[in-house]
Amino acid sequence: MKISLTVNGRKIQEDIQESMLLIDFLRSHGYTSVKRGCETSNCGLCTVLMDDHPILSCSMLAARADGHSIVTLEGAGKEAEAFAEFMAKEGAEQCGFCSPGLIMNVIAMKKELKNPTKEEIKQYLSGNLCRCSGYMSQMRAIEKYLQEESV
Amino acid sequence: MKQISQPVVKKDAAALLSGKPVYTDDLAMKDCLIIKLLRSPHAFAKIKKIDTSKALRIPGIEAIFTYEDVPNTRFTLAGQTYPELSPYDGKILENIVRYVGDEVAIIVGKDEMCCEQAKKLIQVEYEVYEPLLDFTKAIDNKIVVHPEDDYKYLVDIGNEVKRNIVSQGRDEAGDVEKELSLCDVVIERDYHTKANAQAMMETFRSYAYLDAYNRLNIVSSTQIPFHVRRIVANALELPKSKIRVIKPRIGGGFGAKQTACCEIFSAFVTWKLKKPSKIVYTREETFMASNSRHEMKMHVRVGAMKDGTICAIDLHTLSNTGAYGEHGPTTVGLSGHKSLPLYKLNASCFSYEVVYTNTMRAGAYRGYGATQGIFAVESAINELADALKMDPCELRLKNMVEEGDIMPQYYNETANSCTLKDCLLKAMELIDWKNKSLKTDLGDKVRGLGVALAMQGSGIANVDVGSVRIKLEDDGFYTLSIGATDMGTGCDTILAQMAAECLDCEVDQIVVQGVDTDSSPYDTGSYASSTTYVTGMAVVKACEQLKEKIVKEAALLMQTKEEELVFDGKMIRTLDENKAMSLNEFAYLCAAGGKGKMLMADDSHSSMVSPPPFMAGIAEVDVDKLTGEITMHDYVAVVDCGTVINTNLARVQVEGGIAQGIGMALLEDIVYDKNGRMIANSFMQYKLPTRKDVGEIRVDFMPSYEPTGPFGAKSIGEVVINTPSPAIASAVAHASGQYVRTLPITPEKVLGFKHED
Amino acid sequence: MLKIQKYVRAESLEEAYQELIKNRNNQIIGGMLWLKMEDRVIPSAIDLSKCQLDSIEENENEFKIGAMCTFYQLETHEALNQMCQGMIAKSVRDIVGVQFKNMATIGGSIYSRFGFSDILTALLCLDCDVVCYKKGQIALKEYIHEPYEKDILTHVIIHKRKMKAAFECVRRSSTDFSVLNAAGALIDHQLRICVGARPHKAEMIEIEEQCDLQDILKQVHEAMPCESNMRASKEYREHLRDVLVEKVVNELKGEKA
Repeated sequence: MKISLTVNGRKIQEDIQESMLLIDFLRSHGYTSVKRGCETSNCGLCTVLMDDHPILSCSMLAARADGHSIVTLEGAGKEAEAFAEFMAKEGAEQCGFCSPGLIMNVIAMKKELKNPTKEEIKQYLSGNLCRCSGYMSQMRAIEKYLQEESV
Repeated sequence: MKQISQPVVKKDAAALLSGKPVYTDDLAMKDCLIIKLLRSPHAFAKIKKIDTSKALRIPGIEAIFTYEDVPNTRFTLAGQTYPELSPYDGKILENIVRYVGDEVAIIVGKDEMCCEQAKKLIQVEYEVYEPLLDFTKAIDNKIVVHPEDDYKYLVDIGNEVKRNIVSQGRDEAGDVEKELSLCDVVIERDYHTKANAQAMMETFRSYAYLDAYNRLNIVSSTQIPFHVRRIVANALELPKSKIRVIKPRIGGGFGAKQTACCEIFSAFVTWKLKKPSKIVYTREETFMASNSRHEMKMHVRVGAMKDGTICAIDLHTLSNTGAYGEHGPTTVGLSGHKSLPLYKLNASCFSYEVVYTNTMRAGAYRGYGATQGIFAVESAINELADALKMDPCELRLKNMVEEGDIMPQYYNETANSCTLKDCLLKAMELIDWKNKSLKTDLGDKVRGLGVALAMQGSGIANVDVGSVRIKLEDDGFYTLSIGATDMGTGCDTILAQMAAECLDCEVDQIVVQGVDTDSSPYDTGSYASSTTYVTGMAVVKACEQLKEKIVKEAALLMQTKEEELVFDGKMIRTLDENKAMSLNEFAYLCAAGGKGKMLMADDSHSSMVSPPPFMAGIAEVDVDKLTGEITMHDYVAVVDCGTVINTNLARVQVEGGIAQGIGMALLEDIVYDKNGRMIANSFMQYKLPTRKDVGEIRVDFMPSYEPTGPFGAKSIGEVVINTPSPAIASAVAHASGQYVRTLPITPEKVLGFKHED
Repeated sequence: MLKIQKYVRAESLEEAYQELIKNRNNQIIGGMLWLKMEDRVIPSAIDLSKCQLDSIEENENEFKIGAMCTFYQLETHEALNQMCQGMIAKSVRDIVGVQFKNMATIGGSIYSRFGFSDILTALLCLDCDVVCYKKGQIALKEYIHEPYEKDILTHVIIHKRKMKAAFECVRRSSTDFSVLNAAGALIDHQLRICVGARPHKAEMIEIEEQCDLQDILKQVHEAMPCESNMRASKEYREHLRDVLVEKVVNELKGEKA
């Protein structure tokens, strides 16, 4: 079937298999920041923004993204870069495999929540698993980033 | 020191945080054939017949291989130095399957969909055997997991395979029975730790291709590229010279990738079909068909006097290695040798058996047996403190190992660097121990405190080898080649920091690369907490050599004597400062023909000792009186890892290890059904701690100085997972009155609804 | 692996319905989070995204929730949660994460009537109807006992009532399935108590407000038995059932838990 969508501002039209998942569509177009960590919609690694909302690209048919706008880390621009710097300064990325999904959800959170508390941050990001960091360094990076941005 | 003990940003941070294609599956060529594996639905069975004819008719299917198509040699998947201590008990495919998930057929096709379709059409006729699932009944069971005749082992490990014993042994220091008989109090308990999944975010994966020289190239997410070369050579019956292994960025390992689970399949397929092939394990396969922590049952007897003097500890460990023996004989050793030395004892005894069952193979997971043993010994010490009505910290301060002590259960090594006492005192201060009681009633909840100590090793003494090569390049920068495998921990950066410190330059001036067995110097790999300590020392030695070479070459070029020259990292000048040359100029001269020569140095290191890092952890948890729910309130940890090389990365290691330890203590449990099928085989059923589950984790360091380590450093990667289980168990016991001795500590067990097994 | 042979983005409910009944295995796709994990072939997967079912409409008497509304829309809808003191938000808050909640749909969840469902437990206590394309409007408490029919759940309607409401659950990890969940509402002096994830699907009983706790528990025991599964034993669940129901009742009656 034919779909037409926008990925990182670029229009893509393609004939796809009906069963194709959005994650595989994105990876096949070179957006390999999008990672798969599970098959049960539990890890958050594959998070991308669809019309500004964070979703799990592993659990969405590419067909469903027809007519929508998708943003992956490759297209997240300055915002992602700014937050990445705080992550790097804490050594919070570790193996880095969960970083793209986390960064996308942090961007979504920043847009949605005004001056979130620590508890609200944890709540919003609870669907992003990380096995390396123990989450503390991520929290330090997020708090510093949000502070910086609000100045 | 300018570069050591600094929060240097990881060299790969920018790439990882911008989502660059640097991991195995990002790099695989698009025309790779896809490999899927048909796995056994039975825990123990013989394959009588396999018919692949229907499956082969599916469009897109390239080949299907069964046990009849693969080499007959037995080998081990364990990433260990040859001769491995793990038995050679497996094949690529075999006509006997020994656990639910064991490989039956290799399906190769153009995409995943056709492979999955073909998988359903392979007809297998099994003769199903009764499986051996309970590891406490393994020894001398009528069911023998490895009845075959060509089973072999390379080293005496106390193996009695027909009794299902992979390995057994006993180490006694002093007369334990006599000491225990003299004690005022003897605590005798059983503790049980479960198989846990390492659960790194990137599942197992590798791809293979043939190069212009008809050599087999394997790109793999592995901790052990050089061992993979040997394992694949063994499995495929090829000379090692035919094989090259490349390690790109890895999405975590935690020991899981110290076992070469998937590489043999892509290697075999590519060698056979002469086409590139790729295998990516699903999360389900990673759970049910790779490797996990060894499940262990430990029997502990601790004897002490009324005044709190601990006299003797007797520990017996029974370890479940599953269907294959990878890391079985070695992990069990750590359960005793890295728990008993925490205390000064008159006598100690450690005995063990490791047994086969028809469950998934166990393997390496951070802590490697020490985690299990420390849960048992530290829990028993906590129960002793409660029995003596003594403060558990006071009891420890009175008995713990100190610098200069000889550790009889630690191969008689001396603790040459140890600030464990300061670690505990600092942890007590951080949590405000003196002003808190072990139990505080909060109304609906009760808050409890618990403590534990831990140790680990730094590399494997006389076994691990790290080697490095460092080259001065023509612009005055350096290329550091290492065989150690950064798996997200940041060892590339840490080793570059050491090189920069030695060479008096900025870390940016040191270039590092991933591992390529063709071009990287040999390294046993990143496991056993060895990289900072062992490979780090090789970096120091190589850099010292290079500095000498720089001065020697400069003396020729500057027409002066070596003794007259000083190299400060930027300039090479004579003592009288009459002549000077920048490193940059010097490097260009070296590269210019006819004048100088290109400089490089290499060295390797292996240590005769394995100095333990130490740590103290204190858990503060809340237990709901009615539901039994356990909430992590606070966790403080203070670590002696010798000199801290990278203050950020060390801290994150500690925080990450504690979070995994919290998972082990409270949540994680690989559960099988009565037929031996793993039912906790996804992130939906096997719960990792989320950021809402770990509470606050606070970390500090009490650096000692380890004389045999680079800049005084010891290891940190593994010791950090060892304190949470015993500390949390004790905190929960203080809060609830219920001592849970079988992990994980669930609300149900706390309220006594589920009996311990 | 899930294999979809034909993907139909229906322009109308009639088109969706006609497609649905063409083949026994044709299927409406909601959030697809559960469906995606299945290993089967779907001849025709019918997407309702274009059927204008993705908003929560409020009028004087009710909240009319389109089947394609996500859990996150429910969680963040102020007026709806104001009416029930945040009980709906609380019931979906800890379901995996925000990304998951942005995809999981109310229609998919209520149609499926999963045993582990938190939202079903919560909604059962409210004055709540389900609207199906063919069957029409039916009370949720009846709908849960209906067989799985070839029909399209189009809306969930929550009638506006003055109420007190509460939701409680116990989870092994903070975003896991509930080991057991309980919800309650006090509407017109009538207590509605519901316990789910026992692990059977939620059931609801209605009790006079004056009933004391022992009577309530007795009725709960009869109507809502517990069983064991890998998350908890029957005995622990039975204990939790009493504890959580008591908590809920205390919250409804304004007493300290």
